[in-house]
Amino acid sequence: MKRVETLKEKARQIRIETLDMILNSGSGHIGGSFSVNDILVALYYDVMHISKDPMDPGRDRFVLSKGHANPALYAILMDVGYVSKDAKSSLRQFGSPFQGHPDSAMCSGIDCTTGSLGQGVSVGVGMALGLKKLKGTQRVFIVTGDGELNEGLCWEAFMAAANFELDNLTVIIDRNMIQLGDNTEKLMRLGDLKGKMESFGFVVDEIDGHDFKVLLPALEKKTVGKPHCIIARTIKGKGVSYMENSAAWHGGIPKGDQITQAYAELGGTYNG
Amino acid sequence: MGEKQATRHGFYEGLVALAKDWEDVYAVDADLGSATGSSIFQKAFPDRYIDVGIAEQNLVGISAGLARVGLVPFCSSMAVFVVGRGFEIIRNAVAYSKINVKIIGSHTGITAASDGGSHQAIADLAAMRALPNMVVLSPCDYNQAKKMAALMYAHEGPVYLRTSREPMENVTSPQDDITLGKAQKLRSGKNVCIIATGMMTVLAMAAVQLLEKEGIDATVLNIHTIKPLDTQTIREEVRSCNGRVVVCEEANKFGGLGEAVAYSLIEENNIVFAHVAIEDRFGQSGATATILQEYGITSEAIAKKAREVVQK
Repeated sequence: MKRVETLKEKARQIRIETLDMILNSGSGHIGGSFSVNDILVALYYDVMHISKDPMDPGRDRFVLSKGHANPALYAILMDVGYVSKDAKSSLRQFGSPFQGHPDSAMCSGIDCTTGSLGQGVSVGVGMALGLKKLKGTQRVFIVTGDGELNEGLCWEAFMAAANFELDNLTVIIDRNMIQLGDNTEKLMRLGDLKGKMESFGFVVDEIDGHDFKVLLPALEKKTVGKPHCIIARTIKGKGVSYMENSAAWHGGIPKGDQITQAYAELGGTYNG
Repeated sequence: MGEKQATRHGFYEGLVALAKDWEDVYAVDADLGSATGSSIFQKAFPDRYIDVGIAEQNLVGISAGLARVGLVPFCSSMAVFVVGRGFEIIRNAVAYSKINVKIIGSHTGITAASDGGSHQAIADLAAMRALPNMVVLSPCDYNQAKKMAALMYAHEGPVYLRTSREPMENVTSPQDDITLGKAQKLRSGKNVCIIATGMMTVLAMAAVQLLEKEGIDATVLNIHTIKPLDTQTIREEVRSCNGRVVVCEEANKFGGLGEAVAYSLIEENNIVFAHVAIEDRFGQSGATATILQEYGITSEAIAKKAREVVQK
C-alpha cells in the first residue's frame, strides 16, 4: 500500500506543478493534463524502466499522442531530472524546451514529437516494431485521447500493431469522454470501444484511470503475441471540482477566486 | 545508350547493395512493392521488409517510429499517395522533428500514363520542396538512381526521392561521381543552358542533338538534387550561356524546379528564361508517347524553347 500512497502524493504534486506552469504561461490544456495525470505518474514513477540518461537506448519509450496534455508530462520530466527546473516558467515561451506541443528536438526525454492527433499512435507502433526487429526488451507505452480516436490513422496503426503481434506495446486510452467541442458520444460516438479494440486484435482491460491499485497491475500486464490496450476511465479536469467533466476546461484558464479554489482543492499553493 | 531501364528499379538495386553492408537499412511499403520496385528489396532481405498494407499515413508514421529506435527506413508508395495522403505525417512526424526517414515516391510525372491522372504525381516536387529539413532528389536515369541509396544513407535526416515508372535510356554512366547538392554537367555549350531533372534530362540530351544540327550549342545541367539546389553552378553556367536558360521538369509548372531555378537567378541581369513543364492541368490515360506529346513533354518541345530563347 505504501507504493500506492507514494504515487498518490506524487500525483498531487504533479497536478500543482501543472497548474503553476499553465498559470505562468496563460495558456495550455488543464482538463486533459489532469485526466491523464495519474496514468503518467504510474508510468514514470513505477512501471516504466527509465534511466538517469534520457538518451539511454535501453529505457522504455513513452509517446504522449494526445500531445496537448504536455504540461503534466513536462512537470514529470523536470521532476525526474530530464529537464532543468529552470524551464518551469517558460511553458509555451520563445526558446523553451516546453513547446506548446511536445517537440523531441527541443526537449530531452520526449521520445516522440506529437500534437498532430493520431500520429503518436502510428509512430509508437513503429517504435515497438523497430524494437522487436532489434530484439530489444524495451516496452513502448502510448497514451491517446478518446477524441483522438476520431483520426483514421489511429485505426491504421491499431490494425498494424495486432498484425505485427506487438506484445511489447501498451496503448492507454484516456477515456475522459470529452473532446474540444462536446461529449465524445455526442460529437462522434465511439460506442463499444472495448469491443472495437478487441476486434482489432488487442487484449483489452477497462479500468479506473485514477485508481493506482488497478492502474499498476494493468500497466504491468504482459500479453503474448498481442498488443495490450487499457481503456482508462478518467475525469477531464480531475482534482478541481468546477473543472471536472466540463468541455470548458479543455483549454480554459482559471482566474481570481477560481485559482484560489483550485489550489485549495489540490492541497497546495502556487509555487512559481 | 543500351537497353531502357527504369529509375524505380535502379534505386532498389542500389538499396539492396547498400543493405548488404548496413544491417539497419529497412524497406517499408504500402502494398505496392511490385509497382514501386521495393519487391526487389523484399526478395533480397525479407526480414528487413515491412509491408503496412494499403495505409500511406501509417506507412510514414511507422517509418518514423523505426527511425526513432535507430533503424534507417526507406518507405515507398506511388508519389501521389505517399506525398499526398502522407503529407501531414511527413511534415510533423518526419521533417519537423528531423527524423531519419527516407521517402520514395514512384510513378511521378505523367509517364505512368495508362493508370490515368489519379495516379500521376505532378505536385510532389512542390510539396516536398516546401518542407524545411527535407532534401529532394530526382535521379535522371537508372544508373544514377542506383547510386541514390548510398547518398541518402550518408545524409542523416529526411530525404524525398522521386522515381519514374517508365524505362528510359541511360545518359550517365555507372562510373560517374555524384555529390548530394551538386549539379551535374553532362554537356558544355555556349548558346543556351538546359537545366533538367529526372527523365527530362534524357529528353534534354536528345534535344541537344536536334539543336546541334542548327548550330545551337547547349549546356546540359542535370539536377539530381532539387533541394538543396546548387544555385552557384546554375548561375555560373547560365551566365556563360549569355543568360539563356530552359528548365525542364516532368511536373506541374508551379513549385518545382522551374520556380527554384528562376528564384536562384533573380539577381542576375539579362536572363531569358523558358520552362518546359505541365501547363497547370492534371494528367490522363493514354499511351505514354501520346500523353507526352499532348502535354508538351518532348525533346522537340525542349529544342523549340531553346531555339526561342537563343533568338531573343
